[in-house]
Amino acid sequence: MPGAALLTVRDLRSYLATSHGVVRAVDGVSLTVHEAEVVGIVGESGCGKTVTCRTIMGLMPTRTLHASGEIIYHPHGERNLLGAPRREMQALRGSHLAMIFQDPMTALNPVRTIGDQLVEAVTAHARLTPREARARAVGLLERVGIPAPAQRMRDYPFQFSGGMLQRALIAIALASSPRLLLADEPTTSLDVIIQDQILGLLAELQRETGMSMILVSHDLAVVSGICDRIVVMYAGQVVEQGTTEDVIGRPSHPYTQALLDAVPHGEGRGELRSIPGSPPSLIDVPDGCRFSPRCPHALGECRTWETELIETSGPGRGARVRCWRYRELGKERRWHAHDLA
Amino acid sequence: MSRFGWLPRRLLHLVIVVFGITLVTFFLLRLIPGDPALAILGSSYTHTRAVAIDRTLGLDRPIWSQYGLFMDRLLHGNLGFSFFYDEPATRVILAHVAPTLFLVVYSAVLAALVSFPLGFAAGLRRSGALDQATRVFFTLSFAMPGFWLGIILILIFSVHLSAFPISGFGNGFGGHLYSLFLPALTIALGFSTVLVRSLRAATIAALQAEFVDTAVMKGISWRMVLWRHVFRNAVLAVIAVYGVNLAYLIGGTVVVENVFSLPGLGTLLVNSVSDRDYPVVQGVTLLFAVLIVVINLLTDIGQAVLDPRVGQEIGT
Amino acid sequence: MSTTWATSPSELLLRAAARSAGRRRSLLRRRITLICGLAMLAVAILACTLAPLLTRYSPTAIDPAGILKPPLSPHHLLGTDQYGRDVLARILYGGRIDLAIAFGATSVTLVGGTVIGLAAGYIGGRVDSFLMRLVDLFFAFPFLVLIIAIVAMLGPGVFNMFVAIWMTSWVSYARIMRAQTVVAKKQQYVIAARALGYGRLRVMFRHILPNTAPAVLLFSMVDAVGNIILAASLGFLGLGAQAPAPEWGTMISDGQNYILSAWWLATLPGLAVVFVGVAFSLIGDGLADLLRAGER
Repeated sequence: MPGAALLTVRDLRSYLATSHGVVRAVDGVSLTVHEAEVVGIVGESGCGKTVTCRTIMGLMPTRTLHASGEIIYHPHGERNLLGAPRREMQALRGSHLAMIFQDPMTALNPVRTIGDQLVEAVTAHARLTPREARARAVGLLERVGIPAPAQRMRDYPFQFSGGMLQRALIAIALASSPRLLLADEPTTSLDVIIQDQILGLLAELQRETGMSMILVSHDLAVVSGICDRIVVMYAGQVVEQGTTEDVIGRPSHPYTQALLDAVPHGEGRGELRSIPGSPPSLIDVPDGCRFSPRCPHALGECRTWETELIETSGPGRGARVRCWRYRELGKERRWHAHDLA
Repeated sequence: MSRFGWLPRRLLHLVIVVFGITLVTFFLLRLIPGDPALAILGSSYTHTRAVAIDRTLGLDRPIWSQYGLFMDRLLHGNLGFSFFYDEPATRVILAHVAPTLFLVVYSAVLAALVSFPLGFAAGLRRSGALDQATRVFFTLSFAMPGFWLGIILILIFSVHLSAFPISGFGNGFGGHLYSLFLPALTIALGFSTVLVRSLRAATIAALQAEFVDTAVMKGISWRMVLWRHVFRNAVLAVIAVYGVNLAYLIGGTVVVENVFSLPGLGTLLVNSVSDRDYPVVQGVTLLFAVLIVVINLLTDIGQAVLDPRVGQEIGT
Repeated sequence: MSTTWATSPSELLLRAAARSAGRRRSLLRRRITLICGLAMLAVAILACTLAPLLTRYSPTAIDPAGILKPPLSPHHLLGTDQYGRDVLARILYGGRIDLAIAFGATSVTLVGGTVIGLAAGYIGGRVDSFLMRLVDLFFAFPFLVLIIAIVAMLGPGVFNMFVAIWMTSWVSYARIMRAQTVVAKKQQYVIAARALGYGRLRVMFRHILPNTAPAVLLFSMVDAVGNIILAASLGFLGLGAQAPAPEWGTMISDGQNYILSAWWLATLPGLAVVFVGVAFSLIGDGLADLLRAGER
């Protein structure tokens, strides 16, 4: 059961100043993560889910990033993380907020041993003797399911397989016992069997430690498996959010519905339905609803007026949709979350 | 460790290259248009002397026999006979080795001291004032002939400021350091252009790597991230460039020695050319080439020591 | 570090847009590098070619009465040397030799080395092995030393300088071209061309070459600078141009003897070398930027 609010993001906008123009990667995103809760962020590539996470962690390149909004990490007081000085963020990173990245091959320094990099993480926020640090590192490797951990400490990243590397990355992320883990497409570059293992590991660790998690993926199946709540993003905005049952079972936004339709599911051989067209440019953002060019239910008004996020349920359930036709288009229960796995 | 598995093959390759060097050096003498004895003796040409020279150079034998003689002498450490000094060439050459070696090492160290911090700093703050200034400075120094830069440095530091000696090798280690500072600086500046550019690019590339994000994510200080991840990885990428260019700049010592009147191999080479002392020219060329081959080998070994990926079959 | 944090969405958009425009401007600035370099080179070429129009002095005319005049003397803008010869005239006429090397030596080695590298990379097998061993062999020698040795044997002089450079410099181009060709061979467009039945020569020169040319062209700019410095170095050492012919390197060498009394004799010709060298460097940088921008 989710507890108090841990992280609140309010109207976050992350714009990138490039020589081609201003890329509005994240354009007004709000979400809340509670304690011991797993929130999934789903969307096509380029929809802003990665930039959102990186902005939260403060990992966006400062030369190009212009941001506004609030990122409130509640245990840290009501201070806004956005624009916080480096030292403040440094104190929070690792010990409170951690992140794992999509491609484990590039996420680790190729010329240093796994052990070195893990010990670096372990000692980032704790004063330990070298022996203690090593012991803790070996323990972490063991916990994430890497066999012969003591020997593996001396190995280099190129000596690990993709799955093992991702486990090591998880170990690194958890080294200082963070309260919130952001996992950016942790399984995308792995094959299907390993994917399941890694997701299982993450779920297990989350249950054990009681930490919160933000799981980012373009794959609804991945997200529906372990998330309590789901946020659907499109073209830099949140288009639907709610509990997993609500979003998967009663999707109200045409995009969410299209995503669900595109997932191969259950028995029966239907057609694989992909969504026609492609996402809009984030530089020249079109007027009106950003999904309207690809929406099968779009009307004239959709192309002219942009819709706000509308509360569709009573307060507390946190279900919101960015479509003014949600009542007519909101489907009755079509799938259950476990149908997708 | 299979990290050095490439070494035996490399050494074999080295032997072949050295062999090839001897071939090229041998054929250098064959380039002389006309009669070498005539060229050597000039106005003091007499038939007897010419015959003596022909015998010393082995020119009275068929070509493969000449090469055999050449190699045989070589393997005994005999680089021929210096007509100018009237001594075995080996002795003459060895007498001139010290200043050149000192200069080479001195320049290499100075170049690293100058370019590593600059290149790193330039890469960290792209388009910053330091970056622009560095770029301008090194574009200029790249176009400067080494000898001209040396003369300018002499003009400023030796003539006007009297801070450093104009020429000479100096006495004792400290004396060497003092006397060779300007020539080493001249060479180092030429060398640094490429180094700074490479390190800057490598730093920028390293900064954009995802493992830097992982390191930051851990919550360690930015300084530590820079040192342990950015700098270390950038330097690794530059080692190969360093080695290659060092070899290339050995040639630069020749001119610089001339400017600063240093009694090294370069001066010997140039003087021997005007003295028509062909065996010495040949011997010095050979020695320089061997020096380069050794430097290349050291670079490869250095890279293997520092970079664990060397020699590995890394792929998906 | 600039603040990236704004207080309201509209302020945010304004700031970001300003930054973005700034980035576009700095991109334009890079084209200037290329233009500057070309302009400088044009100035140098024109000045040296039109030397007779720009100065009434002959570079070898001696004037015992007017020796060692400093720059900005009446009638002698850059002064005179120890024989009374006008320095400006000597620099302008002397430039002809150095520029000739820059173009003459570089272009021959560029073409020669490229063809060899292309052939080696494309044909592969033993031809490739042999040629690359040869290239490695040349690389084992310090460049200047080898040139000096060759010039030593052939005899000093401008033409022999050309020959020495032709004999040794092609290896860099061959190596670059060969590496490029080996990669290009596996590309789609080459496979397609071969499948269409195009002959070897055609594929090499009309398909692979245009795509791989940028790399060697960029290097040729660097090489041109190197060759000028090489020519000047040889002149400095007395192995290139011979007295009394003017050449920047020999002028610097002569000038070194007068460093205390007439600093301009050694300094000014060097500035000329730097000028032309920087011109080539800027062209090279500009081209590199242009190519990188084109790839995006």
